[in-house]
Amino acid sequence: MTTTPTPRLGAHGTPTKPLPKIEAAMAPFFAAAQKHRLVVQRCIDCGALRYPARELCSTCLGSTTEWIAVSGRGEIFSYNVMHQVYHPAFAGDVPYAVVIVKLAEGPMMTTSLLDCPLECVRIGAAVEVAFEDLSADVTLPKFRLIDPPEQP
Amino acid sequence: MSQTHRLKGKLAIAGLGVTPQGKVYDRSHMGFAVDAVRLALLDAGLERSDLDGILLNPGLAWGPAAMGSYNLQQALGLRNVRLSSTMNAGGATAGAMIQHAALAIDAGLCSTVACVFSDRPLKSPEEHTNVKNNGGASSYVFPRGLDAAHGQFGMNAMYAMVARRHMHTYGTTQDHLGAVAVTQRHWATLNSAAQFHDRPITLADYHASRWVVEPFHILDCCLVSNGGVAVIVTKAEHARTLRKPPVYLWGMGQGHPGGDIRETLTSGAALAKATAFPMAGIETTDIDVAELYDCYTFTVLATLEDYGFCPKGESGPFVSDGHTGVGGSLPVNTGGGQLSSSYMWGMTPIAEAIVQARGEAGARQVPKHDVVLASGNGGLLSTHTTLVLSPLPS
Repeated sequence: MTTTPTPRLGAHGTPTKPLPKIEAAMAPFFAAAQKHRLVVQRCIDCGALRYPARELCSTCLGSTTEWIAVSGRGEIFSYNVMHQVYHPAFAGDVPYAVVIVKLAEGPMMTTSLLDCPLECVRIGAAVEVAFEDLSADVTLPKFRLIDPPEQP
Repeated sequence: MSQTHRLKGKLAIAGLGVTPQGKVYDRSHMGFAVDAVRLALLDAGLERSDLDGILLNPGLAWGPAAMGSYNLQQALGLRNVRLSSTMNAGGATAGAMIQHAALAIDAGLCSTVACVFSDRPLKSPEEHTNVKNNGGASSYVFPRGLDAAHGQFGMNAMYAMVARRHMHTYGTTQDHLGAVAVTQRHWATLNSAAQFHDRPITLADYHASRWVVEPFHILDCCLVSNGGVAVIVTKAEHARTLRKPPVYLWGMGQGHPGGDIRETLTSGAALAKATAFPMAGIETTDIDVAELYDCYTFTVLATLEDYGFCPKGESGPFVSDGHTGVGGSLPVNTGGGQLSSSYMWGMTPIAEAIVQARGEAGARQVPKHDVVLASGNGGLLSTHTTLVLSPLPS
């Protein structure tokens, strides 16, 4: 619990970004992401949506669950700008923003933005999902501004 | 007048032990824990054989710490212990240990309990052989699958999100965060034991300090430290026979609001206070000194609001206006706190509350210290404990 992640090494011995380990509970999320669909859990008993996955619904404690597609639209709820390098693979990225996106359907996701300069990251900005294929197994849902800034 | 609560003033803190803090490497986490208890016994004028309870909040260096309090008992050579537990609710644990000790003593399970925290996350230069884990703040990185894939690492990054949302919602500014850092550093200059006692800062210094994760500069973040703290709890009538004047436990409470803190921006202070303040027979306005858990500058702001020292969202101007500083209407984190003295999870505010209540704080002593508040906070404003302490029995 007190170690920084062990970097994976790419073809030239440089560290590569950590890929999430796909736990059973989140497997449907990653399977959908591979098909460029964004899904969240829905409790069949009470209808509550949840992300990330839980085995039982924390609204009603029901255990019958389905994964449903969401619009992929939402807004930036909050963000930070990472300056400190906690993992060597991000050394070339700092400073970079990590964002919380509040989906139109309600759930919140910690994620990151594609093609968005730092000065354009702001709370309330409308975003939509964009998928980044990282490996054969892992596609990462990221987001883009719906109204990107004019390019100079 | 409402009826006085049955527990008010019945239990007291009789001893405080604080080891050297910060970049000290001569002991392990266990060594710091044992030494803190030794110092607390000396402070109280108690013998080891007087202890019959041991509660441990293990810092990160303890690892999972199964059987932690038993291992500490063995290291201390304690026999016939009647209360033992290893507890963890993050930074709220220190307050919770004192509460559990008080309740167990009142119930007759035991008579005198050492509540102990220690950690040793910092590594000495000689120990920096493994560049993948250089200890210190990187101990708090907690890499998690999807978060790490997006470059989100650790508590700093998580709190930064909440602070940014507070700034958006209430107009809190970078200057307001800086005012907390500058005010506490000023207090630290009056505390020779504070790690940064000799380095006062200005708001300009704050803005010039390096970013860790916006909106946090390095001066917004607590000082991850090595060391240990122990607090001995016993019955008030027992405490009155001991070496130091008792610090009476007037009121206590916990608050763990659940839900999504990122949306509510509200700690458990309001809930914990609703239990603790009626027990103590006080209102927020009766508090003379507040020692508030300060993992970040932002945490102090949210906590001030949630105790009702100012309306929700107005903590920034409250601190910028000088209320929490030397000579202010509500002295806060008078030893420099976790930002400028030492980060011992929830033990830092409690230790300073004890010192202030006793009137032992020297140059930083607050003249009126009849009602002293100590708060604990764990997770992402997730867990909260309140203690109301006083040098007066009632």
